[in-house]
Amino acid sequence: MNSWRQRIRPEQIRELSLVGLIVIALLVFGWQIENFLSARTFNRITTSVAIVGMVAIGQTLVVLTRNIDLSVGSIVGFTAYFVGAQLAANPTMPPAAAVALAVLVGGAMGLFNGVIVAYGRVPAIITTLGTLAIYRMLLINYANARTITVDSLPSWVVELSRQTLLTIGDFAVRPLFAITIIAVIVFQFVLGYTIFGRRLYAIGSNPEAARFAGLPVQQTVLAAFVLCGMLAGLAGFLFLSRFGNITAVAGQGIELESVAAVVVGGVNTFGGSGTVFGALLGAFLIDLLGQGLLRWLGISEFWRDALLGLLILLAVASDSVILGWLRRLWAAPAVRVEAGNER
Amino acid sequence: MNAKLRRLLSWEGLLLAILLVVATLNTNLAPAYLSLNNQINLFQLSIEKIMVALVMTFIIINGEIDLSVASIMGLAACVVAVLFEQGVPLVAAIVVALLAGLLCGAFNGFWVAYVGLPSLAVTLAGMIGFRGIARILIEDRSIGGFPAWFTTLGQQPLLGPFPFSLLLFGSLFALAFVILHYSGVGRLVYVVGHNAAVARYSGVDVPRLKLGLFCASGLIAALAGVLLAARLGAVRGNTADGFELDIITMVLLGGVSIFGGAGTLGGVGLSILLILNLRNGMSLMNVTGNVQTGVVGMLLILSVLLPNLAHVARDRWQRRAMQRKEVQASIETSASS
Repeated sequence: MNSWRQRIRPEQIRELSLVGLIVIALLVFGWQIENFLSARTFNRITTSVAIVGMVAIGQTLVVLTRNIDLSVGSIVGFTAYFVGAQLAANPTMPPAAAVALAVLVGGAMGLFNGVIVAYGRVPAIITTLGTLAIYRMLLINYANARTITVDSLPSWVVELSRQTLLTIGDFAVRPLFAITIIAVIVFQFVLGYTIFGRRLYAIGSNPEAARFAGLPVQQTVLAAFVLCGMLAGLAGFLFLSRFGNITAVAGQGIELESVAAVVVGGVNTFGGSGTVFGALLGAFLIDLLGQGLLRWLGISEFWRDALLGLLILLAVASDSVILGWLRRLWAAPAVRVEAGNER
Repeated sequence: MNAKLRRLLSWEGLLLAILLVVATLNTNLAPAYLSLNNQINLFQLSIEKIMVALVMTFIIINGEIDLSVASIMGLAACVVAVLFEQGVPLVAAIVVALLAGLLCGAFNGFWVAYVGLPSLAVTLAGMIGFRGIARILIEDRSIGGFPAWFTTLGQQPLLGPFPFSLLLFGSLFALAFVILHYSGVGRLVYVVGHNAAVARYSGVDVPRLKLGLFCASGLIAALAGVLLAARLGAVRGNTADGFELDIITMVLLGGVSIFGGAGTLGGVGLSILLILNLRNGMSLMNVTGNVQTGVVGMLLILSVLLPNLAHVARDRWQRRAMQRKEVQASIETSASS
């Protein structure tokens, strides 16, 4: 009884239950909807999860430190448009340079957010609500009502999202999804096993204590925002590759989708707990439910937002209520043992 | 306490000074700017936002935030439009819309006050969810064709040159001012915002107060949404989209602390005047809407950043003054010994 309690933490049960929910949803939809478990559904879900999932990794880093980044949607849109315009102007630009440009532009925007939050001590919600508008303004002025079209881009950009990397049975893994999975694995490792990663958790669980313990709180929060911006920039490149046609409203609303993925994925909005893997599962579950419910109930696309809002609320509520209950359950034997020792 | 009071006064003084600068620039740009008609018009163009900003002041001073107000405004507008389209009498439709707003507010308030979830997460879910309900109702249509009495609701001059909605805002402002600064409830809003735990141990019914505030926020947002539908004359799924940015900026620029417990309605009133005049001036200079939004975003960041920097600078200056005094004292003691 005690041994498995020591091995599994309540947070891990949260992620296991998420996997369980995904499996149940897959079984129910597969049973109820004809041709649901097909290569096409798999493709559609993995391609859209690739972009939101990439943004959600960065969002997780920021939310872990008890902050939030609402400007990621504007960063995705700006980098997608900016890199698209540069590629259209210089079609000979090597792919690595284009990706590096996207990451750099995103990183610069993240740096601006991070400096204001970490050194200017402006709450993250205010800063990023402001930069959400500012970055979008930059994009609209830069775009000047023009559109990036597929024809103007070098062919490798659009090809990237259509190629097949490897096939497992009928299911084809696209490069975009593979890039996001690699990023998730890298950051799962960074969060779990590096000094920087553990500092993010320490700062999120108790900023005061982290400061008194001598952790470089300001630098770490700044780094989290810069990384979040860089990942959003990379997501902007994926966005360009997936859609090809980019307008000034590109990426609008991704900030909410990424926050939703992170929250449903079990990352605590008060910071200090959650994983990148959970956020990816959250993004996956949201998209699966969105696709499945729309087709199963035969309801229109307009139901999507209402369902998303409900899902976020349920996730936050179950986090607060169920995790609290689980933690008490976990703590109970320890208290009993202590009481026994006193006697 | 005295220092705090002085800081607030100086913040409001700063707002007043910037307002005067903006007003002078605007007058030079366009002589018609100072005319009563332009000033009334300038209020009319944002009347819905500034109404919601009044309740938002209470919510933020209370230490919470409501990101869902713009979605509630949109939902109320959609409810009125859809019911009207179905042939329901307009007055009944308005009542239903107000009730819907109240319900949304109560929903937010329940999760925040009685379940104890962070208001940021709850109202973020509400922001997406309520907008989603509006989308379900109206889909991608645009509903208009309201009767004339509705489309002029709040806009025709009622008392002298002042229209109904402006008078309504004026009385709401006066009411909010009295409640916040001269009533027991107002004191409780500050106490809870300053330290909710202490308030609870002192016997304050914190959940009831928070629930009440969120209900008020939902109701006023719905009222503003109905007025917006009337002024625009047509309702779409994205009506009032993104208004929360402007509303929260007005409150924070007014010197209300995002951490709760501090701020005044006088400051918010000044910041409302400042933002409206600034937008008006930018319109006079042919600055496009999205640049105006960007400028408001910068103002939002600066309104918190500048006081923080000033605070840091003053701390550093005080510390240096203290050190100088200590050095002087040590020199004196060494000289006397």
